[in-house]
Amino acid sequence: MSTRTDSAPTTAPTAAPPAKRRLGDVVFSGTALGAGILILGILVAVTVFLIAQSLPALTEDPAENPILKGESFLAYVGPLVFGTIWAALLALAIAAPLSIGIALFISHYAPRRLAALLGYIIDLLAAIPSVVFGLWGALTFAGYLQPFYVWLNANLGWFPLFSGPVSATGRTILTAALVLAVMILPIMTAICREVFLQTPKLHEEAALALGSTRWEMIRMAVFPFARGGMVSAAMLALGRALGETMAVTMVLSASGVVSFQVLTSTNPTPIPANIALKFGEAHGTGVNALIATGLILFIVTFAVNAFARWIVNRRAEFSGAN
Amino acid sequence: MKLTRIAQLGAVAAIAALALTGCAANEGTPGNGSSGNPSESGSALSGTLNATGASSQDAAQQAWVAAFQTANNGVTVNYQATGSGVGRDNFLAGGQSFIGSDRAFDVEEIAAGGFGSCASDAIVEVPAYISPVAIIFNLDGVDSLNLDATTIAQIFNGDITNWNDPAIAADNADVTLPDLAISPVHRSDPSGTSDIFTGYLEAVAPDAWPHEASDEWPLSSGEAAQGTSGVVAAVTSGSGTIGYADASQAGDLGTVAVKVGEEFVPYSSEAAAALVEASPLAEGRSEGDLVFDIDPAAAPAGSYPIALVSYLIACEEYEDAATAELVQAYFTYVTSAEGQQVAAEAAGSAPLTDTVREQITAALELIG
Repeated sequence: MSTRTDSAPTTAPTAAPPAKRRLGDVVFSGTALGAGILILGILVAVTVFLIAQSLPALTEDPAENPILKGESFLAYVGPLVFGTIWAALLALAIAAPLSIGIALFISHYAPRRLAALLGYIIDLLAAIPSVVFGLWGALTFAGYLQPFYVWLNANLGWFPLFSGPVSATGRTILTAALVLAVMILPIMTAICREVFLQTPKLHEEAALALGSTRWEMIRMAVFPFARGGMVSAAMLALGRALGETMAVTMVLSASGVVSFQVLTSTNPTPIPANIALKFGEAHGTGVNALIATGLILFIVTFAVNAFARWIVNRRAEFSGAN
Repeated sequence: MKLTRIAQLGAVAAIAALALTGCAANEGTPGNGSSGNPSESGSALSGTLNATGASSQDAAQQAWVAAFQTANNGVTVNYQATGSGVGRDNFLAGGQSFIGSDRAFDVEEIAAGGFGSCASDAIVEVPAYISPVAIIFNLDGVDSLNLDATTIAQIFNGDITNWNDPAIAADNADVTLPDLAISPVHRSDPSGTSDIFTGYLEAVAPDAWPHEASDEWPLSSGEAAQGTSGVVAAVTSGSGTIGYADASQAGDLGTVAVKVGEEFVPYSSEAAAALVEASPLAEGRSEGDLVFDIDPAAAPAGSYPIALVSYLIACEEYEDAATAELVQAYFTYVTSAEGQQVAAEAAGSAPLTDTVREQITAALELIG
């Protein structure tokens, strides 16, 4: 067979032949695309539901609304938003260092067997229903914490957070935040643990080879790489803390005030707890008003997530991932 | 162990058979003796009743439904505790055979009409469930305290803050009161119990309690708990706590004997029932609309002034004659001495007195 070779191409180069797609490729990409569209569709559907069900309460005269009872919707939902963010922030502040510490211990400090066991036990915490946490918090935990609150108030009462008349039962926002922290711990720990384990071994070895201690190696090699993952973990945990209903409803002595004192009986009410408390006896446009507060919670969660993402993306070029 | 194909199928079939035995037809609640002996119930009634309404009546309704269905095999009664407000909304919307509600429809609502569950706008409302509200407290070594209305109002309003206050000591000479802060506990969710208690305080001590009666506690101070069980748990776990809750769940917490007239009346079923019997009927209502105008300030001697009176509401005329017959039979059972005793055992309510029962029987004849 003779081959004819041209010295120079006389026609434009032909386009690359299309990649061969077998049935498996088509099914897989179609399924992946479908799943992505489905999730977006569900999110849109929930948003539409929230907005549609909120409108009757937002457009009518507040004096007619059995829940609002004359005050404007923003005046009603303002203290609730404060309560939601305050409880979630307290919980995150308690849980974040704890869970990063546990994840670091599991990924970098513990012997292999202990690490596996510890990881398993932490995951088991996630399996406990939130109602059980609520019952435990209200019936047992609050009682244990109450003497500690009395001590805190007696000795550190000058600090604004610990001032005020101490609760006699211990069912305060600090107790609720502690219960929430225990509930969000497993999610954050699991994700942080996975992300820490993904750090390139070469980076870690290089840091160690340069003479850094274990902690310095973690600071130099692991944290920059894991920053995005840690923020994701914190956002997931914050989402859970913002939306946690039953545990907070049962543990907290909710009074709907705006207050920074964490040891008293009068505590701000988070939005989910408020909906859980009021929904049973709500009727007519009162239900719409409660769903409107749910819409506000949705927006708050969305805003907090977007803000956190923006913070991470600002420094993305400095992260060790690049 | 290695299971053959047939053994696997056999195992699945055995498990399925075991699991499906749990899906027996409506057998009634356990602990209620024999479940439907066909030869015993000579009742010819059959059909289904759908109802929603007050959660305060829930425990009693479960007991009534079980007993009624045992006596009348062909009848199914479905009562769902959705809350009084939802129950009233459902009654207006339609589809309900009857509802339970902590508050009867007021005159304007009846005049407006539009009861979708009924063939006409005439409704029958009868009191069926009387539940005293006990004031419970947790003080070491103290089982009962005598308090008058003003003192109670001042405690819950936050004006009296310590147990050894002279106002409390004045009526309780034989009790040593500790130097302990008072922690009042209230309901964080809207509730008929709060409505009754604040109504009582407003009626008997308007100076010390300047708030209107409402199913939402008007103050933000004090401890808040969800549900009757939440309040009882909060009072039990704290020290020096005082709260109000449905008397059936008071357990062995200390309770308050409330001053009526000149004497202190501890809570009891008879005393609460006496309150309803002596109260006048509300004005301007039809014959079948038995709503009692309970005024705690005018409570007769020996009666306990803080009680929730929960109503059963039905139509005078139904689209379907069979439903009317069933509703009438059910209401008759519920308000009978036997039915009230069943509720007292199941839910700790106060049985209706015979005088009230006679009035109710006359009203029930209007159904159908």
